[in-house]
This record gives sequence, C-alpha cells and structure tokens, in this order.
Amino acid sequence: MIRLTEVAKEYPRSGVALSHISFQVKKGEFVFLTGPSGSGKTTILKLLYMDDRPTQGEVWINGVSSRNASRREISLLRRRIGIVFQDFRLLEDRSAEANVRFALEVTGAPKASIHPKVSRVLTQVGLATKALSFPREMSGGEQQRVAIARALINDPFVLIADEPTGNLDERATRSVFQLLRDVNASGTAVIMATHDLDLVRRSNYRTIELNHGRIVFDSAESPASARPLQEPFDLLDTPTDASETI
Amino acid sequence: MQSAREALTASRRAPLLSALGMVTIAFSLFAFGLFGLVAVNIRRALDQVEERVEIRAFLSDSADIEQVAAAMKDIGEFPEVSRVDYVSREQALVRARKEMGEFADVFEAGVLPASIEVQLRPGQRSPTVVKSVADRMKTYAFVDDVRYGEEWVAKLYKLRNIATVAGLTLGVAFAAVAVIIIGATIRMMVLARAKEISIMRLVGATDMYIRLPFLIDGLIKGVLGGLLALLLVWLTNRVINQYFIETIFFDREMIFLGIVGGALMGVIGSLVSVGRHLRRI
Repeated sequence: MIRLTEVAKEYPRSGVALSHISFQVKKGEFVFLTGPSGSGKTTILKLLYMDDRPTQGEVWINGVSSRNASRREISLLRRRIGIVFQDFRLLEDRSAEANVRFALEVTGAPKASIHPKVSRVLTQVGLATKALSFPREMSGGEQQRVAIARALINDPFVLIADEPTGNLDERATRSVFQLLRDVNASGTAVIMATHDLDLVRRSNYRTIELNHGRIVFDSAESPASARPLQEPFDLLDTPTDASETI
Repeated sequence: MQSAREALTASRRAPLLSALGMVTIAFSLFAFGLFGLVAVNIRRALDQVEERVEIRAFLSDSADIEQVAAAMKDIGEFPEVSRVDYVSREQALVRARKEMGEFADVFEAGVLPASIEVQLRPGQRSPTVVKSVADRMKTYAFVDDVRYGEEWVAKLYKLRNIATVAGLTLGVAFAAVAVIIIGATIRMMVLARAKEISIMRLVGATDMYIRLPFLIDGLIKGVLGGLLALLLVWLTNRVINQYFIETIFFDREMIFLGIVGGALMGVIGSLVSVGRHLRRI
C-alpha cells in the first residue's frame, strides 16, 4: 500500500535531509516515526502526501508513484489520505462543523451527503455538541479532534499525523492518541511522527526510528532490544549550557 | 456555481480587503481612463484641424467650363478625395469680403480667380498624399496654381505623430502601472487566504477548484472597478465641461472595451497571482 524504496531527499540550502530510506506500510498498520528534531520525520511525511518529491528513490502510495504523479493525481490521492498537524491548521474564521465540511466540499461531494457525514465524523471524535464552536473557543485537544475529524471525513485509507500531540497536555495527549487507536482499529492505517517516547513505549505498535535522516531502527525488522536509543530523544536537543535556555 | 458562491463568501469574510481591492482597481483604471479621455480629446481636436486640410487649384481666366467640369469629375474619382467643389469668381469675391469684414471694399469684382477646392478623406491627409494630389491637379493646362499650405500640413502631420507616439507610450505606461497595482492587490487578497489555500491543497482540492473562486472574484472586482472608474471619469468629464473647456466622452465601443479591459485585468491578475502561489505550495 505504501512503499518507500531507497529514498533520499536533499535540499539545496540545508543539505541532505534523508538518505537510504526504505520501508513499507501494510493496510491497517499503525506505525510510529520517532527520532530527534531534524531527524527527517516531517520530511518523510511530506513525501508520503507528496508535498515534496524525493531527490532519489521512489515513494509509492496507493498506486501513485512520486516519479510521475501529476498535480491532479496528487490532489486525488490526498482525498484518500488524512493529514493531521501539531498546529491543527484549522480555519479560525469558521466553526468546527464548517472546518470539517470544507474538506468534503472541496472534493465536489454531493451536497445532500455532506451534512450526515460531517455529523457522523464529529460524533466519532466526540465533538457532536461543539459543532458550532469556533477554534478559539475550544481547547487544544478539541481543536486537534476537529482536525482529525476533517482528516477522516473522506474515509482515508491512511491517516498521517505529524506530532499530533506535540501541543497538548498529557490528558489531551492520551485522549487524542486513543482516538487515533480507534481510527486504526476501524481499519485505517496510521503513520504518526512523535517525540513522545512514553506514548511509543506504552503501545506495541511498529516503530521506525530516525536519526540524521537515516532509519536507525525498525521494530518490524529487528527485536526491540536492538533499539539504539533508550533515552528520551528530547535529551538530544537539550542545550548543554543551561544558561542558554533562560 | 459553487465557485461563485465561494467567491462571494470570501468577499463577505473579508469585506474591508475586498472593498480595498475593488477601489484600488477602480483608481488605477481611473488614472488610465483620465489619460484615455485626454487622448480622445486631443485626437478629436487634431481631427477637427485636419478636416480643414484642403487643396485649392486656381484656374486661369481662359479655362473652359466643360474642361473644368471633366477635370472635376476626374479629380472626384481619385481614391484620396472626398469632395470637389467649384468656386466661381463671384463666389470667391463674396467669401473674401465676408472673411475680410471691414476691409471688404478692398476687393473688386474680377480680381479673384475661380478655383477648384478639393477635400481629402480621413487618413489621406499626410503631406505626401496632399502633395501627390496637388501635383496631379497641377497637370491640367487650365490650372494656374495649386495651394495647400505645405508648411502647415507638414507641421500638423508632425504634431499628430508626436501625439500618437506620446499617447501610445503614456498609454502603455499607464496600463502597465494599472496592471502592476491590480496584480499586487490581487496578490494581497491571495496571501490573505494563503492558509485556506494550503488547507484546500492538503485535503485534495484540485488547482482548478482553488483557482476558480479567485477568477470569479477577479472578474467581479474587475467589472465593478471598471464601472466605478468609468463613473469617476464621467464625473470628471462633466466638471471639465461645465467649468473649463468642451470635451467629448468615450463612445459606446470604448466604454464597452474599458469594462472588458477591467474584467480581463481582474481575471488575468487573479490567474497570475494564484498560479504563482500554487506553484510554491
């Protein structure tokens, strides 16, 4: 369903972002992408929803190849992919319901089908009573749920989530993560980039760990004991000079 | 239909920016329209002066009236010529007396010769054409002299050329300024909706779907801006007419062209701005 073959990505100014990336994701699988900041998690996700194309290698997703996908093919592919970000990316000037409906409208869905679908998805994410609230009236966790509802509205085969809990407190993190598990349980594959090692440890999902743009660990291929990094990744980003953080 | 609704909704969401966009388009077209008004009036003034370009062939006293009539028929068939008139000695005297006013008595009957007066068609009044017609008229034996104000025709022609070149250059410059301002305005409107556009792309909207509301918006703003500009030019024209000099306004075709031009600028401006934006995301 999703296959990356010897993918490399190089940016003209910042240099190599990814190299020798190869992995596959099966239908209905849940995959964590972990690693320190700058290790290439977001770049991989961008390649998956074809916001960017690899410098070398090939990304193959649902029959569309990064080598020859047209802009129109990419648009159609994205209707089958749900995408969620750390910063929610909701439109502030419209309600939760309108934000979700928007994703359906732009695909030219028949008008009659829109309302029941939006209600169903908002119920699914537990926001049926907040349909008319605006993003600024909602908590971070609720906003992320709206974003997830928007990602689910087109019945995607995969949900791509880039640090979806990065801006949330622990409670909201747990509930959003549970929601993603539920989504996965209903058959949608989930690929989630995260810093949160606790979240990774607490579940038994496949984990692909990146460092400096390379895969350093893939639990589908190696036993968990072979994992190189046992400490939270965040430590790697912490400046050694404490005064710099003040 | 959906795109038209989307365009209207977008304008409602940001009414100030939307109004500002339209007014900017209107004012840049207003500047262009004012220039157009000046150009149209200068052109008309030149046309009026040019209408007075005429060639006079003075006839010898011995000219045979039948030969003259045949020559007039010939001359009337020249492709450049619009009208040929015969002015008899008596008519010439009457006219001269009228023109001279109090000095009318100076002329005595028989002093002035009879003549043939030739007027040329519009577009056939350049010095070369005038000279060529005059030369042909000189070939008739009974023609004593041909006059057409050689120097005056040359000066007029030069003036017309200068006006045309200046008009074209200024027109292109004004149009370019209008296009740049309108482009920047539409770009501002596109940037104001950059987040919305990026989310549209993420959830799988096609480029056409994203573009269409902007095109419709550009079209509406272009037409409304064009109409507003036209109204402003018309008001200015009225004020000039009332307090300064008599001027003419654009004719129907030019008004139509102006509005179509505004609409085109709106549409092209939108196409370019959204296209550039989409290529980046």
